[in-house]
Amino acid sequence: MAARSLFSGSASFAERHPAAIAVIVLLLVYPSFASDFFVFQIGAYSLILGTISLSLMMLAGYGGMVSLAQMTVAGFAGYLVAILGDNSVGVMGLGWPWWVTVPTAVLAAALLNTFIGAISVRTEGIYTIMITLAIAVAFFYFVRQNYVIFNGFTGFAGVAPPVLFGVDWRDPLPFYYLSLAVAGGFLWAVLHGARSTFGLSLQAIRDNPRRMRALGYDVTLHRIAAYFLSGLIAGTAGVLLVWFNGRISPGSVGVDIVIDILVIAVVGGLRHPIGPFLGAIAFVLLENFAIDLIDRERFNTVIGTAFLLIVLFSPDGLLGLWNRITSKVRLGRRAQLGARNEKRDGRHPAGSLEGT
Amino acid sequence: MIRIGRKTIAAALVLSLASPALAEDTVKMGALATLEGAFTVLGEDGMRGVKLALEEFGYSAGGKKIELITGSSDASPDSAIRATRKLVEQDGVQILVGPLSGSEGLAVKDYAKTQPKVTFLNGTSAAQDTTLRQPAENFFRFSTDGAQWMAGLGEYVYNEKGYRKVAVLAEDYSFPYTQVFGFLEPFCRLGGKAPVDARFWVPIGNKDYSSVIAALPDDVDAIYVALGGADAVNFLTQYEQAGGELPLIGGSITVDQTVLGSKGRTRDFVVGTPSAGPISDTWDNAGWAAFVAAYKKQFPDGFPSPSLFAHGYYINTKAALLALDEVKGDLSDGGAKYRATLAKLEFETPTGKVSLDERRQAVADMFLTEVTEGPDGNLLNKTIKVIPQVNQTLGVPYEEFLKYGQVGRENPTCE
Repeated sequence: MAARSLFSGSASFAERHPAAIAVIVLLLVYPSFASDFFVFQIGAYSLILGTISLSLMMLAGYGGMVSLAQMTVAGFAGYLVAILGDNSVGVMGLGWPWWVTVPTAVLAAALLNTFIGAISVRTEGIYTIMITLAIAVAFFYFVRQNYVIFNGFTGFAGVAPPVLFGVDWRDPLPFYYLSLAVAGGFLWAVLHGARSTFGLSLQAIRDNPRRMRALGYDVTLHRIAAYFLSGLIAGTAGVLLVWFNGRISPGSVGVDIVIDILVIAVVGGLRHPIGPFLGAIAFVLLENFAIDLIDRERFNTVIGTAFLLIVLFSPDGLLGLWNRITSKVRLGRRAQLGARNEKRDGRHPAGSLEGT
Repeated sequence: MIRIGRKTIAAALVLSLASPALAEDTVKMGALATLEGAFTVLGEDGMRGVKLALEEFGYSAGGKKIELITGSSDASPDSAIRATRKLVEQDGVQILVGPLSGSEGLAVKDYAKTQPKVTFLNGTSAAQDTTLRQPAENFFRFSTDGAQWMAGLGEYVYNEKGYRKVAVLAEDYSFPYTQVFGFLEPFCRLGGKAPVDARFWVPIGNKDYSSVIAALPDDVDAIYVALGGADAVNFLTQYEQAGGELPLIGGSITVDQTVLGSKGRTRDFVVGTPSAGPISDTWDNAGWAAFVAAYKKQFPDGFPSPSLFAHGYYINTKAALLALDEVKGDLSDGGAKYRATLAKLEFETPTGKVSLDERRQAVADMFLTEVTEGPDGNLLNKTIKVIPQVNQTLGVPYEEFLKYGQVGRENPTCE
């Protein structure tokens, strides 16, 4: 859970963001004052998209590898849940119990991402993007044209989470907390992982692969391992996504949604794992409510313009915007309080970059 | 981090503003169509149909004002469900008209079962199983399905045109499956053949038909083509360029105005193509003429003649309003009385009488048409025949019809 990140060795995080506790409490009590629609379609959906984007942020922010195939990996896990578990379409649906289906789907997704990593890690920058985009597009066309296993254009419907402990996990409230637990858990894991030996060497590889290689690190292996871990995150989120929609079809892994994940991560900010979640909230709110703000024929323009403005005024996304505002406030405060606080304030800018 | 808090608070504020008790004298109606993605143009015409009906009633029915809230999808079931959920759970619509595309309709029907107090009326989605198998109690379809649209075409090409063996080219999803079934079922019953290896299924948005054209067998009398919009134009152009000479048989949206309006030699090539569907541009009927005139007056920037999407949305919206009039705007019992009224509703549309069967699926007149050159050189669909009151099971009893099985690539086998 996100709450634990505050108290388990992440003291500096809590110190830097006293508002974090308030946000966590707010997220926990959120369903008590929000309607089912806001709990489920806004809340849970943002958390799921945020988690998928988190898997991208982890690769891009810490590893310097922008992969467009994260949605593909999530979609693959979703497809496996429909294929191995139950669906209402009458194709496949092997009827395995959920406790076999879900781990299998997540693990298979992670292995798929390892494979994608193995193919793409020897490339850099734009070439990584192109290879992973090619894989995403190939997967999209493959599931659309394969009828025996993936049921083509129609895909699968009637995929539901299990009823466990007398709770129907598809109900808005349990599903929200399930998504929150998964998102919080992975957020905590990524925050911690970034400070582990592996996380630090990954960041070092991002900054200077040649030097790391000279120091005796296996650069390729580190990168592929990062793909495996991010595949675990994306795969788990993919299982939640198929439960959320109750269905999966090629449209769920199409090129536009693949790009949406990148947009979410970039708009939120790639420098801190909380960024993708900010981006997801902004994305889901805009997707749902832009149509109410303006003429129905133009609402996609509003969505595009909003994202353009964010990236234009803050290359680091919403997160960068927040950092900029706080540093401005700090500068103002420093001028007022004078030299007494200078020492403490001086630590902040460095602190805000920690974890990137 | 505070940003999340702000957003959540903002969300909570929006919520508290958006869900006060409904004003006594308004009814909220949602309309869902594809206003983004490949079918945008079609979705916009569907919305014109909704507005046409609302305008006719002056945006009020049964003494209540109608508040219209629109939603948009991109023809994928996921997006249709997200938009529907927003309209129902957030905006609180009591009546919803939509969606447009076949697979969306199947998804919305499933969702309708979870919202028993909301009344759903179809837009133009025309997949068969939306109402045939496991229908939802509160989902009504006053428009007809893709198999009904094909009524009379199979018999016509067998008896009048003398075709005995056809090849099939169609897009690969639920709506064309339904159309192919509707065409082949009577055609094969009469003795026609459509070998499974001469059926070609292409993805939506396919650009290159050369491999399909090369694989077309020589020993068929005609090609049945169920493609829509740009796909149809691409195929016709390429087939003409490849020197193809086989006559064509058109699906309901293969030779509609969007295709006939295109320039080039394709035009001459499609003259004489028979087709069938829920509307006919040139039907000589006062009701239809009045409908076209009203459409043209209200939407000068629309199509030259309303498409079947405007037509389908118009009919479903009108049904919703007529029933609302009948119950005097009373939806206080969760719409139970309203839905009972809808189920019994029977009214005159621009294309003849429409009523519902016991699975809340429309029974309506169908039009058999043929492409001809009009007096001013424009290509038109000439009305050959009106097939009266076609039902979903095509005249066969329900139980027997189910035995035909679900529509798909190989149904009917027709060897």
